Amino acid sequence: MTRKWKHLAALTGGLVLSASVIAAEPSPAMLANACGGCHGTNGASAGPSMPTIGGQSAIAIAEAMKGFKSGDRPATVMGRIAKGYSDAEIDAMSKYLATQKWVGVGQKADAAAIAKGKDLHDKNCKRCHLENGKEFDENATVLAGQWLEYLQIQMDDYASGARKMSEKKAERMKKLSRQELEALAQFYASQK
Amino acid sequence: MTDIKRRDFFKLMGGAAGLALAGCSGAPMVSSSGELMPKTGRRVVVIGGGYGGTIAAKYVRMSDPSIEVVLVEKSKQFVSCPFSNLVIGGSYQLGDITIGYDKLASNHGVKVVHQEVTGVDAGAKKVVTAGGTLSYDRLIVSPGIGFRFEELEGYDAKATPAAMPHAWKAGEQTMILRKQLEAMKDGGTAIIAVPTTPYRCPPGPYERASQMAWYFKQAKPKSKIIILDANPDITSKGGLFKKGWEKHYKGMIEFRGNNKVVKVDHKKMTVDTGVEEIKGDVVNVIPPQRAADIAIKAGLVGEDKKWCPVDATTFESTIAKGIHVIGDACIAGAMPKSGYSANSEAKVCALNVVALMNGKAPIGLSGINTCYSFLTDKEAVSVAAVYKVDGGKIVSVKGAGGVSPDLSTLEGQYARSWIKNILVEMST
Repeated sequence: MTRKWKHLAALTGGLVLSASVIAAEPSPAMLANACGGCHGTNGASAGPSMPTIGGQSAIAIAEAMKGFKSGDRPATVMGRIAKGYSDAEIDAMSKYLATQKWVGVGQKADAAAIAKGKDLHDKNCKRCHLENGKEFDENATVLAGQWLEYLQIQMDDYASGARKMSEKKAERMKKLSRQELEALAQFYASQK
Repeated sequence: MTDIKRRDFFKLMGGAAGLALAGCSGAPMVSSSGELMPKTGRRVVVIGGGYGGTIAAKYVRMSDPSIEVVLVEKSKQFVSCPFSNLVIGGSYQLGDITIGYDKLASNHGVKVVHQEVTGVDAGAKKVVTAGGTLSYDRLIVSPGIGFRFEELEGYDAKATPAAMPHAWKAGEQTMILRKQLEAMKDGGTAIIAVPTTPYRCPPGPYERASQMAWYFKQAKPKSKIIILDANPDITSKGGLFKKGWEKHYKGMIEFRGNNKVVKVDHKKMTVDTGVEEIKGDVVNVIPPQRAADIAIKAGLVGEDKKWCPVDATTFESTIAKGIHVIGDACIAGAMPKSGYSANSEAKVCALNVVALMNGKAPIGLSGINTCYSFLTDKEAVSVAAVYKVDGGKIVSVKGAGGVSPDLSTLEGQYARSWIKNILVEMST
């Protein structure tokens, strides 16, 4: 008996079955790897409308997935995909992704927009999106070097009311014009 | 491998695919130069550098760098089938969807060998190439599809696809079809012949019709497209395709279900359904499919003689121990023959190959498929699903997945990012 089958036999109380009949549980890596086809290896995205999720706050990833699952957060495919996971699986993949390296992509942006965005960030956002968006506080997200197209889609969803916000966040966001939201997106995208 | 070579090969093997191939070391087509790259430690060999093979090779290395990985692929570059319909439509270039293998080597230490695999000796655990053999501890086969040309009367494996491109393997074939569309007169007819399921990329033929129509609408508005489908109805995203055709290409695309092409004549440019012979100015015959030649030669196809049965968690062949089959060539339960499925299967397979090689229990499968189709250059639709194993089979998780509610430019935007991400994932 090979080591493999001894191990399986131990797991199944002496019964030797094929791997798939036992229906082993997926590991956190198994769950998270499947995201990479759209979000990049270890969650580092190379496509400008897909957010980088590797190295993101575990709380934020899990909150996003649970929001997609319930329909609270607007989505295209993510609503359909998130429904495929239990909350425990979402937590496991989120923790795994959070341990990956954050690979920000400092994107080129208009200098005036960056300056304006920085000013708006300092006045409105920095208490949760720490260090110019490089660090996070609990469920706030890392934003520095996130993809601009993705940030713009989110700003649109906030502005239209499609994406819900905490009261604390809504209070600040509702005062900002579309141009100001765009400047903020440009600022975060330009950070590294 | 050409037919002649295949005949020699089978003669040599006594005609039995799947027989131990040890005897072939003396064959003129197989160099007897011995080991191409002597094995020192534990080694996984991966056959095929497409959507499945690149990812399997990379993820074995990422999961356990102590395992040597040799990726064997004939071509120096890979051209993606996903998005090749947009090259046919004219909104993408072939270069946008072409990748190389250099960074898999430099970033992950995957040893890339550009050789054509001519056989597998499962007993001796060796892959046979023209340049020599490669020994393995475990083999991952991700060879893609082959065609059942023999089921189409009058089909010549060389001459027919040159005149009536299938464009179902991207690259040269894609460009033949594109150039034929460019050369076609306004008012011409393009025919797309769709084979019986299962075939690679279920929504592909209908996306192709959409992309041809998008091009015709701008350049040749009097032209039309006839889809001759061996299946009763559109096999994937049917409602969305019909909606998109009505919205953008009214009267331009004619869909004919239960119209299986059984005979072709590339000199007359006609296809025959057994009921009717139809002539086209451009004729895109997508032949019925099976696993690629090497899967058949290695004896990995099952009773249907077309596809490779595998364990639903490890993707290990249920026919040949130590050989795993992923991607379009394998029977993966509910997972369709798509690029994303192959990517997801490759990761599941890689983690489990590493687990098995380290004497550990297999890890449960968790898979995803996301597949976008473009109706224009901007508007797209998608289908998505999440997979697990239940009762020894890969099944879709209930309550998840499904198709887009409507055509959308936002999905088109996501689709363009998807192709970037998945090709970068395969090549870096």
